[in-house]
Amino acid sequence: MTALLEVKNLSKSFGGLVAVNNVSFALEAGRITALIGPNGAGKTTCFNLVAGAMRPTSGQVVFDGHPIENAPPELVCRMGIARTFQIVRPMRDMSVLENAMVGAFSWTRSVDEARSTAYESLESVGLAGKANARTDQLTLPDRKMLETAKALSTRPRLLLLDEVMAGLRPTEAAGVVRVLRKLAEGGLTILLVEHVMRIVMEVASRVVVLHHGAKIAEGRPEEVVADPMVLESYLGAGFHA
Amino acid sequence: MKRWLAGGSVLVVLALVGALASPYLISLLTIVLLFTFLGQSWNLMLGIGGQLSIGHALFVGLGAYSVALLDVKYGVSPWIGLLLGMVIAGSAGAVLAWLSFRFEVRGIYFALLTIAAAEFARIMFGGWEFVGAMQGLFFPAPTGAIDISMLRGDARFYYFIALALAALGIVGTEMISRSYFGYVWRAMRDDEQAARALGVRAFRHKILVIAISAATAAVGGGILALVQGSIFPDSIMGMGLSVDVLIGPVVGGLGTTFGPLVGSLAAIPLNHLMSALGDCLRIPGLNSIAYGVVLVLVVWFLPDGIWPAIVRLGKAVQLPSRLWLLQPRKAEE
Ligand SMILES: Nc1ncnc2c1ncn2[C@@H]1O[C@H](COP(=O)(O)OP(=O)(O)O)[C@@H](O)[C@H]1O
Ligand SMILES: [Mg+2]
Repeated sequence: MTALLEVKNLSKSFGGLVAVNNVSFALEAGRITALIGPNGAGKTTCFNLVAGAMRPTSGQVVFDGHPIENAPPELVCRMGIARTFQIVRPMRDMSVLENAMVGAFSWTRSVDEARSTAYESLESVGLAGKANARTDQLTLPDRKMLETAKALSTRPRLLLLDEVMAGLRPTEAAGVVRVLRKLAEGGLTILLVEHVMRIVMEVASRVVVLHHGAKIAEGRPEEVVADPMVLESYLGAGFHA
Repeated sequence: MKRWLAGGSVLVVLALVGALASPYLISLLTIVLLFTFLGQSWNLMLGIGGQLSIGHALFVGLGAYSVALLDVKYGVSPWIGLLLGMVIAGSAGAVLAWLSFRFEVRGIYFALLTIAAAEFARIMFGGWEFVGAMQGLFFPAPTGAIDISMLRGDARFYYFIALALAALGIVGTEMISRSYFGYVWRAMRDDEQAARALGVRAFRHKILVIAISAATAAVGGGILALVQGSIFPDSIMGMGLSVDVLIGPVVGGLGTTFGPLVGSLAAIPLNHLMSALGDCLRIPGLNSIAYGVVLVLVVWFLPDGIWPAIVRLGKAVQLPSRLWLLQPRKAEE
């Protein structure tokens, strides 16, 4: 198996705080991997480093054989990595549909093509019925789904999802899980940050666990949940799934 | 569609006015239409591209001087002057933007840089003999005969040129808004980081939108110079002109297609009226005070501007099904 993304000895410090500490992992193409860990573990920072939103203090990020740790975010996106923001960032003065169109303009200049792609993206996350709404009319879970739709419109090869299912009812989450599975079957590689262990167990074929910026475990979901280090880091942080 | 009917009928009325109105009204409306066009240029940059300029007089002035210098000194057609002005102002805008964003000068700091550049140019032109220094440049006195190749004619001629320009600005703004550029620029305006994460090459798009805005402002400046018959650095490149450019879109509605027209129609006649009233009553500066009061009132009561308020009114009357908009929003996390 070849890795689509390889993260090698990645570190990021903010002043004295080491948010990501010498983390390495690889993502196999077409798989769903979960990145888990208590709040403040460094998951979002990892995403920022991979997506080009931040430069690492040290280490490499290799995507499809190309080093990308110094590439700007727009280039990383155009190479095929799309990300969502944990703190949602809708374009406020654009409709839901227009928001979902923006990503398509990374590969087409046709407005019609962008619009039909945006509809497909919205449909796959269950937002097609709200295409013409303003983003401030959406509930927070819907806004997270909009983040996902925006990212999907870029037609990525790797999708980074940062807690997009937070606040969803179990039936809604199950729907999203189905969509992610289908996307993965179609060849999309997904790295997702998710707090609800039930969802992680269900959807991920691999799990990477961060704690205080360092990787403390990696493996199949059932291996990882049985790992005493993982249990302790979660219980110690007062974690409740 | 309703917007187009409303906006289009305003233009038709303006065309009729041009055929019938008195010379005074025609020259007033010529200025309104020219500032509509300049407002559209400014609006493209802030309302769509998200980049604030408070030194648009720089680009207006570069266009005005290009036209005036070629015409007055060398007898070259203003059409060539307009093209030259577009190239010079577009390049000036691009260089200013490139330097600024290259060194991470953005937002309000970029806006300050636009004033600094405009003031620098004003002072430079004011001391430069070749361009007439403080004495300015004067076009040959009008004969009243219409000459399209030299863009010379009577007040009515310039009125229709200004009307055509404003209409072109409206159509152009709308076309850009609906194109790839409109979407990408509005995304960048709303959230540059999020737009970049979606593949928007913000650096080059910011330079592009500023260059286009600058080039169109130069066209407005060139025509303004012809209409006025003379240019002076302090008026054509001064801070006052930069403010006049942005009043229309701010009052009428930022980022909207018809806002600059509606805003200029409201603000400029008011300015002239108050200025005349001020002369009558011997209250100098009454027009500036009125400007200020209107600005405050609009920002206070219609923060999106006049045009969106008119659109909302139209919708509220005709589409009661939109009432679901008024339902309370669900609470956040
Ligand atoms: N831009 C930043 N500046 C300073 N500290 C940051 C920044 N981003 C994240 N951090 C810190 O880095 C640590 C990891 O944060 P984060 O990656 O958001 O964790 P997670 O997503 O796992 O909850 C936290 O202590 C956080 O406060
Ligand atoms: Mg996080």
